Amino acid sequence: MKAFFKALRALNVEQQVALLFVILFGVLLIATVVSVMIVLRQQRPEGDEVTLRLKRDLRAVWISATVFWLAWMSGAFGATVLFALISFLALREFITLMHTRRADHRSLLLAFFAVLPFQYVLVGSRSFDLFTVFIPVYAFLAIPVVATLGGDPHRFLERNAKIQWGIMVCVFGLSHAPALLLLDFPNYAGGGAFLLFFLVIVTAIAQIVQELATRRMRRRPLARQISRSFSLHAWMLGALAAALAGALLYWITPFKVGQALVMAFIAGASGTWGEFVMKALKRDARVHHWGNRASVTGAVGLLDRVAPLCFAAPVFFHSVRWYFQLSI
Amino acid sequence: MSSLADFAGLVLAFIARLITGAQGHWLGCPPKAEQRIYFANHQSHLDWVLIWASLPRDLRAQTRPIAAKDYWTSTPFKQWLTTAVFNAVYVNRQRTDDQDPLEPLVEALKRGDSLVIFPEGTRSNKGDPQAFKSGLYHLAQQFPQVQLIPAWIDNVQRVMPKGEVVPVPILCSVTFGAPMQLQEGEDKRAFLERARSAVIGLRPHVQ
Repeated sequence: MKAFFKALRALNVEQQVALLFVILFGVLLIATVVSVMIVLRQQRPEGDEVTLRLKRDLRAVWISATVFWLAWMSGAFGATVLFALISFLALREFITLMHTRRADHRSLLLAFFAVLPFQYVLVGSRSFDLFTVFIPVYAFLAIPVVATLGGDPHRFLERNAKIQWGIMVCVFGLSHAPALLLLDFPNYAGGGAFLLFFLVIVTAIAQIVQELATRRMRRRPLARQISRSFSLHAWMLGALAAALAGALLYWITPFKVGQALVMAFIAGASGTWGEFVMKALKRDARVHHWGNRASVTGAVGLLDRVAPLCFAAPVFFHSVRWYFQLSI
Repeated sequence: MSSLADFAGLVLAFIARLITGAQGHWLGCPPKAEQRIYFANHQSHLDWVLIWASLPRDLRAQTRPIAAKDYWTSTPFKQWLTTAVFNAVYVNRQRTDDQDPLEPLVEALKRGDSLVIFPEGTRSNKGDPQAFKSGLYHLAQQFPQVQLIPAWIDNVQRVMPKGEVVPVPILCSVTFGAPMQLQEGEDKRAFLERARSAVIGLRPHVQ
């Protein structure tokens, strides 16, 4: 076993990443084949709700794996543009389901066409000091000013909070994913891709295990009004599974086994909490999934896919920076 | 049609989809290359672009909007946009005694083209659509073989409220309903009211 990991360490970065993708898509392929066989065995074309949800989760993992592969293939610039586009689509979906008023028009323009692109320009140019404070400091003060100029006092705070929260999740959170790619580590050149991969995979595993655990065992829900199934137990299992996966993947990271375990636990745990928070938002907006067919959007429900990543990425990013003692 | 206009059309449709999603929901009929009159609620300048972008690409070329002649031919660019890209049917807003205002529409329908019309006549952005103007009735009378398809355009007033010029990205949908026809002996008011409620009936329910 030890010799195996040593051999892996001996490969160069490119080879390691290529190997990763082979493994990742291999595992996904097997999972898909197995799930198709399960559906065939049930002999019902539609399948029950559990298989439907499993299929949805599986598709989500396929999408994130493909996105990650594209990000890696297209280099730093491509990755930044790609995540900027995902941010844009996610924010579009978020804003669609929130009730905004006519006077919010200018604030929304600011969010979509100034804050979002600028944040990604900051990522692309590796200006990480401004990147960290641009949205919480400048954007969050500018948006209420623009909203005030809109001249509509009706539910003022609520409307601003919605826009700011949308930016926080869809732009600020998600922009930390390409930032991981571009962060320069001492003695770990070109390793950002591994960290991003590490983050995506452990977050996805935490989410899937948590879903499975929720289905398998009935525990007392943490907040019945928000989710009838989300329990502390399932959350813990999800985070632990992420930690385990992280420890197994330690060889692609700069961490030692124990450190990889802790980092993966943090990412998995915050991602799952993120999904829980999004559930509350969905309840508030009265939709079942983002992009529900019956609702106004009829879109793909991208927000469901990226929400855990939006929460996990900033936490993970700053943990890594802290670990490497990178100055802000 | 020049290739530049084709290209401009593709770019416009792409932008419309990027900003609004332009989801077409074909509830009452499939998107098919039959001669049709689509009629919809009218809330924004973007309505036509949205319907157009939500149509499959091969239907876009034969589906034509109605444009006010004085406004849309006033500059070379506007004229090019409406003629080359959208293939619009021009109508005069000023009524002259010797000409039927529906004549250009009748001509287009005789040639086998499909049309998109907004029977309210003007934009309304307060709740339900206004009463329909009688043009739809006269067209239905003269062309009983043409399918009349009601459509509801949702959310578009949030994308570009009156007085704003830059659109905000918000998802919109166009819901197409079942074809309807003028019934035997149905009078004008009853038909227009029926058409209007067919459009309203397609509005997606807020859960």
